[in-house]
Amino acid sequence: MTDLREVSVDELRHLVSDRAMTGETMLLNMGPQHPSTHGVLRLLLELDGEIVVNVVPDIGFLHTGVEKTIESKTYLKSETMTDRLDYLNPIGNNLVYCLAVEKLAELDVPLRAQAIRVILAELTRISSHLLWLGTSALDLGAMSMFLYCFRERELIMNIFELVSGQRMMTTYIRPGGLWRDVPVEFEGVVRDFLKAMPRRIKEYEDILKTNQIFIDRTKGIGILTKEDCYQYGLSGPVLRGSGVAHDLRKKQPYSGYELYDFDIPTHSEGDVYARYRVRVEEMSQSLRIIEQALNKLPYGPVISNNRKFVPPPRAELGESMEAVIHHFKYWTEGFLVPAGHVYATIESPRGELGVYMESDGTAKPYRVHLVTPTFSNLQAVPVMSKNHYIADLIGIVGSIDIVLGDADR
Amino acid sequence: MNEHLQNTITKIQARHQAEVQEFRGEFTVFIEPADIQCFLLELRDQHMFNICIDVTAVDYFPQETPRFHVIYQLYSMPYNVRLQVRTRLDGNKPHLDSVQGIYKSANWKEREVHDLFGIIFTGHPDLRRIMMPEDWVGHPLRKDYPLGYEEVQFTFNFDEIMINKPHPKD
Repeated sequence: MTDLREVSVDELRHLVSDRAMTGETMLLNMGPQHPSTHGVLRLLLELDGEIVVNVVPDIGFLHTGVEKTIESKTYLKSETMTDRLDYLNPIGNNLVYCLAVEKLAELDVPLRAQAIRVILAELTRISSHLLWLGTSALDLGAMSMFLYCFRERELIMNIFELVSGQRMMTTYIRPGGLWRDVPVEFEGVVRDFLKAMPRRIKEYEDILKTNQIFIDRTKGIGILTKEDCYQYGLSGPVLRGSGVAHDLRKKQPYSGYELYDFDIPTHSEGDVYARYRVRVEEMSQSLRIIEQALNKLPYGPVISNNRKFVPPPRAELGESMEAVIHHFKYWTEGFLVPAGHVYATIESPRGELGVYMESDGTAKPYRVHLVTPTFSNLQAVPVMSKNHYIADLIGIVGSIDIVLGDADR
Repeated sequence: MNEHLQNTITKIQARHQAEVQEFRGEFTVFIEPADIQCFLLELRDQHMFNICIDVTAVDYFPQETPRFHVIYQLYSMPYNVRLQVRTRLDGNKPHLDSVQGIYKSANWKEREVHDLFGIIFTGHPDLRRIMMPEDWVGHPLRKDYPLGYEEVQFTFNFDEIMINKPHPKD
């Protein structure tokens, strides 16, 4: 690797307008270390005074080569890496990965496991939206929101700790079901959370509703039309904020979402405020889903009984030699998945999260590609931010809820 | 199977003699690399596949001869169906027409495929590396690219590894 080369100005010439070359507009770097970029995102700004002429996002600072590493690990071992991509939505990442494995292996998931998956996925959605609400309100000058949102997020983290022993990187969802059943305290804790949360959401709305600075900085800023959304392949709250009632939980239900009754919040303005409204209303809808799932939580096993893909129950290890051998082989060699390729998707808090998984019949995936919402959504930043003030860019970048671990993989 | 998807597949099979595969309820169409632009344009305008969710690639080196498959995941918002389009590419520096004029979302995704697989998309306005640093050599997701484990240093091979280390710490 000795032939290092420098990038020449000519190679980057096409990114800026002619006015920049004559010095009429100014080029400015925002990031990669900038508090409002929520991670390591670099934006190359071309400015005419305070007005943004063009934005060139530069990503890849968090690229860790997850897709390459997954190819060298068994299906189970690579699952732990999926938590760490979108670190605000670890359960959702596990879920989509397991859905892909289950689709390839034609595994059935017991109903109890499906219901618990839904509860946890919705809790993750709320926690992700809370963090988004806290940090982007902080960017826009509403400081106290940050403290309130983190207070409630703590409750959700405690629930995750209760069920899996981990607060963030849980790897609780496994191919075929769950790692283990939830403890008896689970239902009570979630019910307490459900009881407390609607009042808190009302509180957030009240704080921001009367905050003139927040409203001035969000209404009419960063408008995206439906056609732009389709062209750039946007999804999630950004798409729903532009008036498209598209939610994969309704359109292509997975994990039994078709059993629950909920609405898709949609706003047609397409600005930052609309995206904020969509997310806050989504939190209430998530609470509805959790309550329904908890009310009809079925009893039964939480992992498939197809022993080709799940480990033997712990109790059998003391009595059966075959179970010990199976246990050993399962955790060292992994399981064989039929050859073929599938594409599984879920609605993550940020939009459509997909996994393209290809198997060649061995114990390791041949290729796994993660189709992440942040990567698609970031592409639309230049469209949204043209002819706005540089200060509005903060709100715009915040409004698409970026997680750079998700974009860079 | 969805009626719209059925119609689309029958039509494109008749027009392009494309090979269609089904696996676990998902449909994949194989198309010649030269036709990719007009084929995707036809899918977008006549069959309402208005969103390109993803562009990616798979490397089959060394077991298959057209070593790369470039994969397009398309989604039709009005009909709520998905379709996968694949094309086979051979050679070490394969060229393929860019589809970023048809779907703008393909812009960064093609850059990613270019970066990690070394496929050159002709007609792409901004084909730079996106994930790896600009001065990186090689394309990491190719199967002939090493994973990059560091060899463990024992007493018998201590000096040998020390010499080959790029930045030895005295």
